[in-house]
Amino acid sequence: MQKENIYKTLFLSTFKLSLFTFGGGYVIVPLMRKKFVEELKWIKEEEMLDMIAIAQSSPGAMAVNTSIILGYRLKGIAGALFTLLGTVSPPLIIITIVSVFYEWFKQNAIVNLMLKGMQAGISAVIISVVFSMAIEIIKGKRYIFILLMALVFIGSVIFDINIILMILLSAFVGLVDTFIQDIKKSKNIKGGN
Amino acid sequence: MAVLIKLYLIFFKIGLFSIGGGYASLPLIKKLLCEGTGWISLTEFTDIIIISQMTPGPIAINAASFVGTKVHGIPGAIIATIGSVTPSLIIILIISFFYFKYRDLKYIKGVLSGLRPATVGLIGSAGISIATMAFWNGTIHEFDISKLDYISVFIFIISFIILRKFKIDPIKVMLGSGVLGVILYSLF
Repeated sequence: MQKENIYKTLFLSTFKLSLFTFGGGYVIVPLMRKKFVEELKWIKEEEMLDMIAIAQSSPGAMAVNTSIILGYRLKGIAGALFTLLGTVSPPLIIITIVSVFYEWFKQNAIVNLMLKGMQAGISAVIISVVFSMAIEIIKGKRYIFILLMALVFIGSVIFDINIILMILLSAFVGLVDTFIQDIKKSKNIKGGN
Repeated sequence: MAVLIKLYLIFFKIGLFSIGGGYASLPLIKKLLCEGTGWISLTEFTDIIIISQMTPGPIAINAASFVGTKVHGIPGAIIATIGSVTPSLIIILIISFFYFKYRDLKYIKGVLSGLRPATVGLIGSAGISIATMAFWNGTIHEFDISKLDYISVFIFIISFIILRKFKIDPIKVMLGSGVLGVILYSLF
């Protein structure tokens, strides 16, 4: 009974999330954070950022990838299949219907105005979640990571640098930082002696 | 049957090579579907992009459903969709397996500590590009103040304030901004 409920929740919540991923895969971030980090408390914020990093550096759609990792994290391969199903069902159903009524849909003025309004709302939703996450990074008081965040942002917005390249470089920075911290620590221990 | 296998394989390929998400997969979709198989015309290809912008879900899945339906009805749509997500499923499961197994190792932790701030930066960048698209009606590189869509900016500010002030479900804000869009754009 308990198990069934978890699978049902996984399917239904990813179904709902997917239903609202207008305007690109990143919309999944604020929606997933609200549902799985804040409401259900099934995953931690840090973990979610890791999942997104994996999702965006792998082939395939961001929303699909993120759901697969989420399902796998919570309930293994079976969980991944349920979240995958939940994520692909809304577009599959909607597109199949829309492709029949396409001409009507394309010329419907109300649909167009609604989408225009939603685009502004979606950007507010994404930028708001970035605010919250950036504050967490800044609170960590590691200047190298605050700088890294700023540089990747600028690199992407202004210079349009390849995402995969920036992800690899950031991973390298994190790795080097760990080495440096290690050396510092061992020096401190020696100094203490 | 042969058509279904072909649908599956072609969308498997699209899924496999669409790294970087969304519109990165468009050139490949165009090449395989318009030029390779002739399943869809160039106009239909453009239609897929428009529909994708108007409906939720990743463009690769939208394309799979659209083309699948056209070629072989609902079974076609389902097979094409499964094809487009199979590579993700395999690759992501392998990476997840290693991530959850080794994430507590010191150097993996180090790698992840660098990825987190970078991810925040990238999501921020995605937010900015959607905002500029909304404020300047799709012409991203034209920051002409006279062409600014004030209604869009207004909806953005209202949504942002509500999100920061109250712990409201983002889905409600998105729906609310859609309704506000219909009202304001009809009035002004």
